[in-house]
Amino acid sequence: MSSWIERTTPLSLLLLLAVFTAGEPLLAADGPGREATPEEISALDLDVRADGAGLPEGSGTVEQGEALYAEKCAACHGEFGEGVGRMPALIGGEDTLASDRPRRTVGSFWPFAPTVFDYVRRAMPFGHASTLSVDETYALAAFILNANGIVRDDFVADGRTLPAVKMPNRNGFLPDDRPGKPAVRCMSDCRSVPRIVSRARKEEGK
Amino acid sequence: MTPGMKSRITRRMLMRAAGLGALGAGAGALVRDAWAVVPETRKGLGPGVDTRPYGMPSPHEKEVVRRFIPWMNATTESSVSFTPLHALEGIITPNGLHFERHHAGAPVIAPDTHRLLIHGMVERPLVFTVEDLKRFPRHSRFHFLECAGNGALEWRGAQNNAVQFTHGMIACCQWTGVLLRDVLQYCGLKDGAKWLLCESADGAGYARSLPLKRALDDCLLVFAQNGEALRPEQGYPLRLLVPGCEGAASVKWLARIEVGDAPWMTREETARYSDLRPDGKARLFSLEMEANSVITNPCPENPLKRKGMQQLSGLAWSGRGRITAVDVSFDGGVNWRAARLEEPVLSKCLTRFRLPFEWNGEEMLLQSRAVDETGYVQPDYTTNRRNKGETGIYHNNSITTWHVAGTGEVTHVQLD
Repeated sequence: MSSWIERTTPLSLLLLLAVFTAGEPLLAADGPGREATPEEISALDLDVRADGAGLPEGSGTVEQGEALYAEKCAACHGEFGEGVGRMPALIGGEDTLASDRPRRTVGSFWPFAPTVFDYVRRAMPFGHASTLSVDETYALAAFILNANGIVRDDFVADGRTLPAVKMPNRNGFLPDDRPGKPAVRCMSDCRSVPRIVSRARKEEGK
Repeated sequence: MTPGMKSRITRRMLMRAAGLGALGAGAGALVRDAWAVVPETRKGLGPGVDTRPYGMPSPHEKEVVRRFIPWMNATTESSVSFTPLHALEGIITPNGLHFERHHAGAPVIAPDTHRLLIHGMVERPLVFTVEDLKRFPRHSRFHFLECAGNGALEWRGAQNNAVQFTHGMIACCQWTGVLLRDVLQYCGLKDGAKWLLCESADGAGYARSLPLKRALDDCLLVFAQNGEALRPEQGYPLRLLVPGCEGAASVKWLARIEVGDAPWMTREETARYSDLRPDGKARLFSLEMEANSVITNPCPENPLKRKGMQQLSGLAWSGRGRITAVDVSFDGGVNWRAARLEEPVLSKCLTRFRLPFEWNGEEMLLQSRAVDETGYVQPDYTTNRRNKGETGIYHNNSITTWHVAGTGEVTHVQLD
């Protein structure tokens, strides 16, 4: 597989053509884009991977998290993380995943603790994302894990402790194993006379 | 007298004879339908070319809009609106009717302030403006985009009585952009690179991991849909398009791609968009949308209005390639007839199927069943529930049944 770039302009040529300007980022020859500076990358590279890669310097305690939670989270997620209205619950749901009414919460479903830090940092509080400090984010992760009984009251969340937390549903995920050929193309006498077993209410969606 | 006029008079005479015509007091008098006058529009002027710099549909089409289900989500910003499939023809979704799915609303971004940063396991971390990206070779391709949750509300039984809500989390556009492959190779991929993290500039910092193999296949960095710039709801000024895969993989307002050696396992690909199986285990990265289809005429919104010739029509699609056949059943899946596939039939694109039939007022259980080029045959609910359970939320591509009553009324039902 050869891309148009390989066909038209060898990468080495592009690099040879690269222009240096004092104080300016390296320009990628006359090609599209320009080189990103380390400062630009570190300003935006805020993600945290499941294994904890990307967790920043800092820490937060369960106690600090509890106060923050009451102030910034409880209005939607409930006083105890039970969820308000259709806003997601953060606790509970143990042993429900194989039931008729599974409840997917941090405690019952999430496989990796660093993801709690990552998600709070990128998306929470809803409508006010990217406003929490690193320490506040660690504290909220500590509190949410503690509220689920996953870590003790004296837990301090940081770049070393979060990846070491064993989430209850850590082994609850599998690769995509949907069958590639679930059905056959039958054209006649394919089944018994059908019976209607459920009927949408007439007004639903009208 | 023209042949047309002659036939009208003949019809009126027939109607009168059958007692169906609203003839009023003057029975026997020649009655004109209200339309048969010189129209008022011939007596004046319409709006001039300066009235609508950006054209809108006729005011008489105001019911053809995206709709949402108020109780379905906690907020309208983290929610979904549905495409009115029952009111559309062909395979292209007009830009204003493309379903929406946001996790923190649709931000409005000025293109000159927007950047795409590509970094991580690349030889050269680069920053691109949208204008920069347009210097790569451009491609325009027709692809559907479907939310993984399309049909999610129907797993436990027929719930919504409208094709807009049972299947309206799908749309199909001609997308224009540049190949992600070209841009990644221009940055230079390092040995060991296997996954990307694709991140949005929205208020959810929405982020999904994408296997590099797929990124190097047919993914596009898109800046236009159906010939015009992306709509804000669709990721203006720049979005990812992962053809054939669940819409949530096609990150909108794309601002950053990090190249790595493992998936990130973000909340949106573990706690959400993973498919819970009946045994409580969840499938990860079930990206491909399996073959699916639905009849859009008739449907609950489009009942049969009269007996005689009917024009059955619907949509079929597969995330794994081209649709090769669509079968239609009138008796709830006992017997099937192949429908006509209308050109163009494109890979990972909506395909329109048609099958005229004669209806004499009998009850029917209408179904459609898609087959794709891999040989995959769309399963019925019994088969799909066996493999996926009914608590998995996502990837409901089960055969849908419309019950047609003797009155022509159409109701969404499920069968044993």
